Amino acid sequence: MKFTLSWLRDHLETEAGVDEIAETLTDLGLEVEEVTDPAARLHDFTLGFVESAEKHPDADRLKVCQVATDAGVKQIICGAPNARAGITVVVARPGTYVPGIDTTIQVGKIRGVESHGMMASEREMELSDEHSGIIELPSGEVGQRFSDWLATNDPTRIDPVIEIAITPNRQDALGVRGIARDLAARGLGTLKPAPEARIEGSFPCPIGVTIDDDALSHAPHFAGRLIRGVTNGPSPAWLQARLKAIGLRPISALVDITNFFTFDRNRPLHVFDAVKVTGDLRVHLARGGETLEALDERSYTFPEGALAISDDRGVESIAGIMGGAPSGVSDETTDVFVESAWWDLVTIARTGRAMKIHSDARYRFERGVDPAFTRPGLDLATQMILDLCGGEASEAVEAGAPAIEERSYRLDTTRVQSLVGMEIAPDAQRKTLESLGFKLDGDMAHVPTWRRDVQGEADLVEEVARMASLTHLAPQPMPRERPGVPAPILTTGQKAEQTARRTCAALGYNEVVSYSFIDKAAAALFAGGNDASMLENPISSEMSHLRPSLLPGLLQAATRNMKRGQPDLALFEVGTVFSGGEPGEQAVQMAGILTGRTGPKDVHGSARAVDLFDAKADLLAILGGLNAPAKTQILRGGEGWWHPGRHGRVCLGPKKTLAVFGELHPRILRAMGIRTGAVAFTIWPDEIPVPRNQGHARAPLELADLQAVERDFAFVVDADVEAATIVNAAQGADKALIDDVRVFDQFVGGALGEDKKSLAITVRLQPRGETLTDAQIEAVAKAVVAKVEKASGGTLRG
Amino acid sequence: MMDDLRTKYLSQIDTASTEAALEDLRLAAIGKKGEVSLAMRSLGKMTPEERQIEGPRLNALKDEITSAIAAKKAALEDAALEERLRHEWLDVTLPGRGGARGVAEGSVHPVSQVWEECTAIFADMGFRVAEGPQVESDWYNFDALNIPDHHPARGEMDTFYMHRAAGDDRPPHVLRTHTSPVQIRSMQEHGAPLRIICPGRVYRADFDQTHTPMFHQVEGLAIGRDISMANLKWVLEEFFTAFFGTKVRTRFRASHFPFTEPSAEVDIQCSFEGGTVKVGEGDGWLEVLGSGMVHPHVLRAGGIDPDEWQGFAFGMGIDRIAMLKYGIPDLRAFFDSDLRWLRHYGFSALQVPTLRAGV
Repeated sequence: MKFTLSWLRDHLETEAGVDEIAETLTDLGLEVEEVTDPAARLHDFTLGFVESAEKHPDADRLKVCQVATDAGVKQIICGAPNARAGITVVVARPGTYVPGIDTTIQVGKIRGVESHGMMASEREMELSDEHSGIIELPSGEVGQRFSDWLATNDPTRIDPVIEIAITPNRQDALGVRGIARDLAARGLGTLKPAPEARIEGSFPCPIGVTIDDDALSHAPHFAGRLIRGVTNGPSPAWLQARLKAIGLRPISALVDITNFFTFDRNRPLHVFDAVKVTGDLRVHLARGGETLEALDERSYTFPEGALAISDDRGVESIAGIMGGAPSGVSDETTDVFVESAWWDLVTIARTGRAMKIHSDARYRFERGVDPAFTRPGLDLATQMILDLCGGEASEAVEAGAPAIEERSYRLDTTRVQSLVGMEIAPDAQRKTLESLGFKLDGDMAHVPTWRRDVQGEADLVEEVARMASLTHLAPQPMPRERPGVPAPILTTGQKAEQTARRTCAALGYNEVVSYSFIDKAAAALFAGGNDASMLENPISSEMSHLRPSLLPGLLQAATRNMKRGQPDLALFEVGTVFSGGEPGEQAVQMAGILTGRTGPKDVHGSARAVDLFDAKADLLAILGGLNAPAKTQILRGGEGWWHPGRHGRVCLGPKKTLAVFGELHPRILRAMGIRTGAVAFTIWPDEIPVPRNQGHARAPLELADLQAVERDFAFVVDADVEAATIVNAAQGADKALIDDVRVFDQFVGGALGEDKKSLAITVRLQPRGETLTDAQIEAVAKAVVAKVEKASGGTLRG
Repeated sequence: MMDDLRTKYLSQIDTASTEAALEDLRLAAIGKKGEVSLAMRSLGKMTPEERQIEGPRLNALKDEITSAIAAKKAALEDAALEERLRHEWLDVTLPGRGGARGVAEGSVHPVSQVWEECTAIFADMGFRVAEGPQVESDWYNFDALNIPDHHPARGEMDTFYMHRAAGDDRPPHVLRTHTSPVQIRSMQEHGAPLRIICPGRVYRADFDQTHTPMFHQVEGLAIGRDISMANLKWVLEEFFTAFFGTKVRTRFRASHFPFTEPSAEVDIQCSFEGGTVKVGEGDGWLEVLGSGMVHPHVLRAGGIDPDEWQGFAFGMGIDRIAMLKYGIPDLRAFFDSDLRWLRHYGFSALQVPTLRAGV
């Protein structure tokens, strides 16, 4: 919402300057977005008097003028045709910035003659496009500031423009008068009496108006009147200046008058060329399919249930949103029918949305226009038309009646204290409400018709607090719910997320936060990209689907970094992934990827390409941090984006997967534009069972007194026998005695043959009670060999 | 004779140049067949009087030789070590060996760090952390928050809608435009009194210099018998003071949000000198959040009786306060995963925010 200071002063008697007004508006909840003060850029221009003007010795069109200025008589060279002795002009002295030519004036020589300034045209000061000559002023003293002269003699030229943001509740502030009322209630001036008009029609209105019964709840009130014999044409300069100042293009007097009331009183109006209206006007619900070329020169089709205004020929106006072009006014219009109507907010909002029309009228009607001002608005507009365009007014026609909902709420003057925490005297509270237009009847506050947002007692508190200024609110300590040390507040899941994150960062990974939506192709690679997880209105095709996994986002991040010359990456994310488009179809996932080498080439020769055992080690470290059970199985058979032979699922039984690690499928990497290998892991933290023992006490520590014995074994097995098979078999040889089994060597092929490998293990025996004899050790060793050979089909290596 | 032995061995020990020579001397002197040992064996043949004199003398001699050998041995070892150390030298200016994988240090994203900072501060004031779905029904995202279907605020929120299959006539779900739906879910689940903060991702269809289609919000809600807007101001000033580590004043300005009444926009005190924002000093104000007293309709939607209970709510951008605190210039870079950015603005794994150390 934009308005000018002088427009505001039409309604508000105030001494306050534009800065104070702007500050107050923001404090009142009418947040100022911008103040444009044209006087500011004219600040350095002063008045001068041309004492003499002689022809330039070397140029026919230039004159050498002696100009009286605030700094004495100065010589100025001027090319304007009207430069001559005896006129009062506007001077830019050296050092002055001239906005219209984007130049700071300097002393210079023009064709060999010195010039100490410039005499300005309107265009050079960005006052208008006028550039046929320099400004000649009818009055003014030498040295006087030009902006001061304008303020006295032509104030609209330097009228400051204020733009404020209007929150959806403040429909009353969509008119300048509403803004003035707020400022007056705050004490920044006095609200001037509202202008009134009483129009005595001299003949019956030849155009009748009816509202269909089924439309009456959507269009409860319509008032109109014909004015015949008007002369349309450009509106007066003051009106044009105001509309231009707030960014509207002046069209013609009739149209400008409707726009004026839209902004002055939040009262949208419409004018029909009465000659182009056939028969009477009928307000009705559209059947759907009717078409109309509207005033924006676009053609619209009415949806069923939209409000339309029709004459005998058909639809003429999209009610409350935009008039039709065929019945619009033009410079030739002589008879005008003025419409002032009130429409239901929800109907206008729905129709506007369905027809995709944004207009000042829709914007206002869907926020709520004062229903009591329909008829007064018609009369005020009529008066202005008579004043500016002449003509003769008919009697008014009205259909329906104002839809005024009498509302009143109890003013509990203690509520401001209990709800807001401000102490304001009851009398002051009542006075505030009265100055905002509320009528107080005992404890009951009757809401003015223009404040449809006030719907309860809390709203009265809000008005009182707002007017008193929330800047006066003093902080008041909020006691703890119970005294003492605060109880812990994080859930198990929240703690797990933090632990996982910091463990991963400690392992050398960099955390990323990537968008929850990705492109369809990438989502599809990870079992997503279906319609259920699709956005209806994505911001771009790269962000069209909710991510089914964190991996595609990490791979895209890796690609971007590789393009910036960072091939060795360790990235991770903890975040939400989506299995569908219903609330709750989401889960927390953690994922990490490693690409390239473990680091740059280094002097110790320790850098090497990353492999899945890096991912596995990191994954197990994180799972350890998350208190995952120590005993898990590593199974294959993960999703299709993993390398089929090079990944493992960390499971509690075949169906409960806690995490996956491995190489990503080469086809996936190619599709994602990654040329190096990439290994990754994903964790589902919510799948990790919560330990049954929630107490703090640890299990007792059992320390064996006797020394442990270690024995090494090497087995030759088929190349596809898994180490876990051998470890598990060895462990089963004597569950009481065998404390640990470790794989310490693997040798594939060579003398063993292509499809064979040797795996070496260390078995650690922990005697309890008494030292082991050689015979006992020998017996366990035999059992180990037997178990492993049976389970693996291999043999002990000789 | 004994004096001869003493002189002979002590001088030989003193001049021995290797450990082997020293061992030879030990054997020659006090070994089984060493001269001193033999002399001690001959004690038996002596008269008791002679023995009483010679015995202690021989023992003393043996001890003296043993000590001399030990001392010489230590001296030789020392010399050997010194000799070795003369050759042992490494170029210590070479780079150190990397960790497990040798890559540079890992980092925690600023959003995560600030998430933990916020929860640490609010936990101390009794706020629990509530979370909820990011795809929401329009009832939780709008209706329950006093934003009915036709409300202009719906259009102004740049909402992302989920696709609806043909024939599914339910209103489309939305990507939550704020974390406020979590308030409703928490009220429904826990009732009053209630103190929660709801941090999380939110979505708006807006992408330019200062907006990203996804960002992070933290929302606060406190419901009690007599919790007022003045309490809200105190809670926020306590929060900002703890968060920025310097006393921060706030300014409340009247505003409007459908879900609160009265509503206020909150500015924090700051200076803008030299193009940088410094919080907690100067006489400028920077808008950082929206807040107010929870609207009676919203309490009702959460199953709480507004005649019995009242309270405040506020919401602010996590990314935004992270930018302010850590001087991060561009919001869009938060989600770009540029390694250089992550390393520069990220936090070490061990930098866990705590109140006792200051967040």
